[in-house]
Parts: sequence; structure tokens; C-alpha cells
Amino acid sequence: MKRLSLAAAALLTAGPALAQDSSEPIKLTLHDWSGQLITTTLMGEVLEEAGYNVEYVQADYIAQFAGLKTGDLHVAMEIWETTGREAMDEAIATGTVVNLGSTGMNAIEEWWYPAYMKDVCPGLPDWQALNDCAQEFATPETAPLGRYLGGPVTWGGFDEERVEALGLDFEVVHAGTDAALFAELESAYQRQAPIVLWVYAPHWAPSKFAGEFVEFPPYSAECYNDPSVGPNPDLAYDCGKPRGPIWKVAWSGVAENWPGAVPVIEAFTISNDDMGAMVAEVDLNGKSVEDTVAAWMEANKDTWMSWIAR
Amino acid sequence: MARFGHRGMLFWTGLFAVTWALSTWSFQLYKALDARWIIRFPAQYELPLDDRISDFLDWLVESANFYLFTFKDLTRAIAATIEWPYQVLRDLLIEGFQRGLGDQAVQIAPPLSWIAVIVTAMAIGHYARDWRLAALVGACFAYLAVFGQWQSAMITLASVLIAVPIGAAGGLALGIAAYRAPWFERLLRPVLDLMQTVPVFAYLVPILILFGFGPVAALVATVIYAMPPMVRVTTVALRGVPPEVIEAGRMAGCTRSQMMWKVLVPSAVPTLMVGVNQVIMLTLNMVIIASMIGAGGLGFDVLASLRKLDIGGGIEAGLAIVVMAIALDRASQAFARRGVRHPPTGNVLQRHPWAGTVVLVIGGTLILGRIVPAVQTYPEALTITTGPFWSDAMEWINVNFFDAFEAAKTVVLTWVLLPVKQFFGGIPWGWGIVATGLMAWRVGGWRLGLLAALLTAFIAASGLWAKAMVTVYLCGVSVVIATLVGIPLGILAAERPRAGRVILGLMDTLQTLPSFVYLIPVVMLFRVGDFSAMIAVILYALAPAVRYAAHGIGDVPEPLLEAGRMAGCTRAQLLWRIKLPLATPQLLLGLNQTIMLALSMLVITALVGTRDLGQEVYIALTKANAGQGIVAGLGVAFIAIIADRIVNALAEGQRKRLGLA
Repeated sequence: MKRLSLAAAALLTAGPALAQDSSEPIKLTLHDWSGQLITTTLMGEVLEEAGYNVEYVQADYIAQFAGLKTGDLHVAMEIWETTGREAMDEAIATGTVVNLGSTGMNAIEEWWYPAYMKDVCPGLPDWQALNDCAQEFATPETAPLGRYLGGPVTWGGFDEERVEALGLDFEVVHAGTDAALFAELESAYQRQAPIVLWVYAPHWAPSKFAGEFVEFPPYSAECYNDPSVGPNPDLAYDCGKPRGPIWKVAWSGVAENWPGAVPVIEAFTISNDDMGAMVAEVDLNGKSVEDTVAAWMEANKDTWMSWIAR
Repeated sequence: MARFGHRGMLFWTGLFAVTWALSTWSFQLYKALDARWIIRFPAQYELPLDDRISDFLDWLVESANFYLFTFKDLTRAIAATIEWPYQVLRDLLIEGFQRGLGDQAVQIAPPLSWIAVIVTAMAIGHYARDWRLAALVGACFAYLAVFGQWQSAMITLASVLIAVPIGAAGGLALGIAAYRAPWFERLLRPVLDLMQTVPVFAYLVPILILFGFGPVAALVATVIYAMPPMVRVTTVALRGVPPEVIEAGRMAGCTRSQMMWKVLVPSAVPTLMVGVNQVIMLTLNMVIIASMIGAGGLGFDVLASLRKLDIGGGIEAGLAIVVMAIALDRASQAFARRGVRHPPTGNVLQRHPWAGTVVLVIGGTLILGRIVPAVQTYPEALTITTGPFWSDAMEWINVNFFDAFEAAKTVVLTWVLLPVKQFFGGIPWGWGIVATGLMAWRVGGWRLGLLAALLTAFIAASGLWAKAMVTVYLCGVSVVIATLVGIPLGILAAERPRAGRVILGLMDTLQTLPSFVYLIPVVMLFRVGDFSAMIAVILYALAPAVRYAAHGIGDVPEPLLEAGRMAGCTRAQLLWRIKLPLATPQLLLGLNQTIMLALSMLVITALVGTRDLGQEVYIALTKANAGQGIVAGLGVAFIAIIADRIVNALAEGQRKRLGLA
């Protein structure tokens, strides 16, 4: 009788919409960083509580849009404004993919340095102070310029333009992947060696290593488009990087096949702090994603129950 | 090169001098003549091939149809056919059999227990050879359980068990077709070259679109990558069947199909098994890349551990892949050598002791597992991890030796890498085409020259010249260093058997250990850049240089060595005057393989941050731009094909000169 009672419970929580909901599994995409695994597992667990079947599919961050367009994949939980916007807009323009709102988390991406660099360069986190001690960051390949380790070229970020526009004495070196990026940070941190690199949050690195983001002139859309805005009157990009939400997107067919699930997914929100704590649990303390999610659900029962009740 | 004679010497020196001069002064030349086309291929003449390919794929996916069904229906049907047995295997090994979906699922039977899997593996090992193999295979699988890799390893095993039969059967079928119809073989050869040299990343996007997301797409990519050697081995094996055997078949009145299946294939089995072995090894090579598009398993563990810089976790999962490769490799090699044995007599259990044991153990653990969970799944409390050790070791090396590494690196960078990079980077594309053509013509005749020039022209016309030159520079330097290190190691392995076992074992490990595992420590010690990429390429491409050198030196006919000894050669003379010259064709084959492996590492080095064709392929993948990926992939493939043909022509010439042909 387990099936019956479960179905009844699901009816009570998800409302009458469930009558038309398909019993086929909703396919959520998994990528290869822990934060995303946590967000997705949490969503999946909540959907299961609401009486849906869920399947997790491993997919590449950008390549997944091909699957979301055709309905091979159904829901992607973390599309970052900063790195995924282009692909997301292109997919939404086809009419087969819809944006289900923000996850509540805010992506930060910026130049970052370990705390011990403050002793070497007084005046940090101001960007002019960073520029004054650029030679501290020099390596044999980049001397006399300082070395700034940027993200993979595919992430964009306009760092070359920023260096030019703000007259920074740095050379931009691109890491190929995020793993290579943080491998260098770990190596430098162990030796307390100078380093300034691209770090983003929510991520485990800012919790594991003490450090700060560099403060550039604040970002505005005009600063990127209009050369006259910002400290340098002749060049654009003379400011920091934009910050933005992390979006949830879904295949447009989700609303037809699981009409009751869409409000649940739309209601999902979590704060940067909660997520940062969970990511640290998994990546630094070695707990499993499932246990971490279960612990959060235990502690925040009211929160996720309200997503289902809506 | 003295053997090419005076005129040959003149040709090579002249070619180099002109190239060097043009490379050094190309920029001044462009300024002086105000002709920018000298250094940049004019954009308006660039082939719009990438857009064409993207459009074609869109058409294929969205509107191509064969009246009754669309092309996508066809690929999806294939995907479903592969998915079904894969799911059964997964149920058998990992999930257990269930009825119903999600919450309503009811488990009918649990998966095979870890004990049952180990016993089955040992049974296969004993059947293939003897107790020693059974013990080795058993130990390998026990490693997976003890180090807590069981779950992921079984996922990987399930994909291997699906990909290998498809790859082997498909390869066999294509090989047979090529054996029967020479025109088909001519058609197939360039296709196989491309399948082996186009980086997998280049065709991942179209595969994902056509076969859907998930493990099946990964399996399809794996099969494409792993099948070519099977095709080649099949044609070679069938050609190698002795004429007497074929004659006997004819005399017995065999039909065409009887001839193939009752005579040719059975007598070619030992060689065919070499092909199957290759398919297994290549399948395991693909584990990491396959996990990026949804295969899961050990490959995913490696990626995920390294993303959180858990070096120990990455090494353990990586070694699990190595261990699995060792077990499968040794078992399949034993099958290749296994002769016909007398059938045992007695009752059912006596005739099939292993099959009996396996059935009993599976049944026994099935029942016992319900009461004692440790029988069903290896208890987590008893798993061992060496993770902290590796992380601490890495930190210790990093803190104490970084400066020494840095100094060595700076020397290599300034004296080797940068000058070579400038040399290749400066070559104007027009002269590059001519020079490649001339080199190929000199070595292998005008046909090869024309082919090489055309392929080079394609790269230039696709607007990839600069990235292709970075590729040539990076691979070139790495191959030279790998050869300089590898050949002496190979000679040592051949001359001293005990050292040889250690060296060759190390090479096996280096080749099956996913490069990702050592890429991250390399980055920690040498920073992001060309130097790290070079180290990673050398580590990966070293193995064939060592192996072919060891094989070539070890294979020199004994009578020739005897003759040398009689003539009073010292040990060194024996090596330099007899063994090395006679092993040259093998050494060149090793060089060929080293180049191929170096090129296949490109996509991985792009993950460290190089600016070569590998990066172009990788960018295309992350932007899901199928056309761009395939064009850049073809660029890599064409470089590989030119290098392959030139080195083969050299080896052929050398063999003729030595009278070995």
C-alpha cells in the first residue's frame, strides 16, 4: 500500500495539478563542480518529496543547451549570469527553453589575492595599490610586468581590455580550466608566494584560503559600452566585472508534462551563505553531497515545504 | 642524415636555411612590401567550411529524412538499442533489478555482490590461463573494493563491457568487408586515419545532438575512437592466414561464407585478439572524456576530485582505472595466446568447475547478502584511503623544491621553447605549404608531396595557420625530448631484463593513468603555460618510444649478433654498429606513435591553457559550435597524417636499405 499512500501524500502537497503530471522522470543535469551538484540534488530531493520521479544526467555546462532545446534534458539548476548568459539567451530565443528565475545566489567574479599579499602591498584591496606593486607579481615569463592568472578564454571576462583601459602593469595569462586555476592558487598559497588570479564565488576557494577580491571602479553597463564613462575617458572596460544571479532554466515542455513541478522549481531559492557553507562541507570536510543536502533539508524543513505548498 | 649523400645534405640544409630566413624576416618583409597577406591568410579567401558543417548538421538533425523516418529517429533508435543492454548490465552490477519508477520502485533482485564479481573475474582469469592470472585479476578487483572505488568502477566496467563488443564486432565486420573488396579498403583507409586522429572533443557536440545526452552518447564516442585498430588488425590478420589453410578450405568445398567463418576467422583468432586488446585499452583511455558527457564512473571521480584539488582522490581513482586496465589487458592477452585444450571429462561440475563455482557463489552471496550486508556491498568502514599522504607529499615537494624547478624551467623556456616557438611562429603560411610539400616529396615522392602541400593549404585556408604552428612547435619539442629520453630507456630495458620489467611496467601505467591525474600536480609545480603542457605531453607520449626501442633492439636476429661477436665487437660496438642500425625501422615506428600520441594529448593540454589547435577544439566544444570543432579537429588530423606518411616513408626507405623489406 506504500504506492497508494505516497500518491495520496503527493496529491495533498502538490495539489490537483498532479492529475495531469507525467510519471516519467524529470531529468536534471549535473556538472562537475560541487556547488552545482548540491543545488541540483537539493532540487531533486524536493521534487521527489512532492511526488515526482527524478533522474540525474551528467552533461557539459554549455553543451547541455542542445539537450534542453530538444527535451532530452529537462532542468538545469545553475546557469551563471557571468558565464552562461550568451548560451542561455540563444536557447531562450528559440522558444524551446525557458528561464525559471534566479536561484537566489549571486555570482561574484573578480581579481582576487591571498591575505598575506596585504603585507607586501599596503593599500589593497584598492586596484591602484595593486598596480603600484605589480612587480611583486612578476615571473620570469612576464617580467617586468606582473602576472595575472585569468580564467579559461571561454569564460570571457574582458581582462585584457581591463588591463589596457586601467593602465595596469599586468600581463594576462589564461588557465585552461578551473582546476588548473585553483591548482596554481593552492601551490602559491602553500609557499606564501605572490599571486593574483580570477576567483569566483560561491566556490570553496574563498572559504579555504584567506583573501579578498580587488576593488575596481564599480561595474556599470555604460562602463562596458561607453568609453567616456569611468576613469579612462578613451577606453571602455575601465571598471570591475559585473555580478549577477545564477539562473534556473528548463525545457519549455516541462510545463506541459509536469505542470505541478514548475512552481516548485520556480520557488527554489537559497542564499550565498547557505550554499557556501554546504560547498565547504563537501569540498573541504569530505562529506558526501547526499548527506550535506539531507542535513540542510532537516534543518530547513519549513523553507522547502513552502516551495511545494505554493 | 649523412646516408642521404651529398645532394641530400644540400637539400635539407638549403630548405632549413630558406625557412629560417623567411621565418626571421617575415615581418620585415611584410612591412617592406606592404603585403600583410605574407603573414596572415587573407580573410576574404578563408574557406567558410565551419559554417557549412554547422548548417549541414542542423539540417541533418532537424530535417533530414528517409521518407518513413528522419535521420534523428534512426540515431535515436540506435541509441535505444545500445541503451537496453547497458541498462541490464548496470542493474546487474550496480543498481539491482527494479520494477516501477522512482518512489514506486520495488526491488526484485539486488546487484551482484562484490564477492561474486571478484570470483567471476578470477574464474575468467583461470579459464584464460592459470592460477597466477586468476590471482592477479582477483587482486585487481579486490583493490577496487578495498580502496572504496567499487561503485564507480562497476559503472566504468559496464560501459567497457558494452563498448568493447560493439567496437570489436564492428571492427571485425568492417575489416572483413575491406579484406573482400579492395575498393572498400581504399575508401576506408582515410576514414580510419581521421577516426584515430581527429580529437574526440571535435565530434562530441554532433554526437550529443544525435544520440541524446547520457551514457549512450559517451559509448558511441568511445566506439568511434576505439574501433579503428580492430579494423586494421582484422585485415592484416586475414591476409596473414597461410595459403595452405585457404587451399585446404577450397578443396573441402567451402562456400564463401563458410570460408570466412569456418576457415579464415578461426585461424586468425590469435591476431584478432590483439585487436580486441587494443579496443579494450583505447576504451579505457576514453574513460575521462566519456565522463564529461555523461558516462559517470571512475572518470567522473577523477574529474570531480581534481576540481576540488583532492590530488589523492584523483590519484586513487586514476589508479583504479590503471588496475582495471591491467586486469582486462592481461586477461584478453591470455585469451589471445590460449590454445585449444582437451575437454575435461566427468560430470557437469567436474567438467565446468569454474562455471559451477561462480553460480554457487552468486547464489550463496545473494541469499547471505540479505542477512549480512557486508557480503552484498564491501563495508565502507574497511576501505582504505591514501589521499592525505599524496596531498602532503605534494605540499612538501612544492614548498621545498619549487625554486629549483622554477630555475630549471626558466632555462628550458629561454633556450629551447621560446626560440623554437619564434621559429615556427614566424614561418609565413605560403612558404609553409611549399616547404611541407618539398619535404614530403623528397622523402616519399611527388604524390606524397602533393598530398602534404594540399593538407597544409587546407589548414592555412581555414584561418588556423597560427594555431597550427603553435601545435607543431609544442608537439615537435615534446616529441624530440620524449624520443631523447625514451630511446635510451628502451635500450636499457632491452639490455637489462630486470630493469626492463620495471621500465615497461611504468610505461603501461603512464599510458593508462588518465593524464588529468598528473596534469594538476604539474600545474602546481610549473604554473599554467607551455612548459606544463610540454611536460604532460612528454609523460604521455614517452611510452611508444620506449616500447618500440626495446622491441627493436630485442628483435635483432641472433645470428647477426653472433657474427658481430665473432668479429670481436665490444658491447658498445655491438649496440652502435649492429643493434641500433638494424632497429632503425622500429625506432621510426616508435617515433610515429610518439607523434600520434603527442597530437592526441593536445586537447588535454588545452585544459592547461595552451593556444594551439587543441584550444580551438576545446573552445568549439564549450560553445557547442560543431563546425568550428570539426574544422580544427581536421587541422590536427591533417598534421598527424602528414607526419605519419613522412615518417612511414622514412622507415620504408630505411628498411629497403637494410634489406629487410
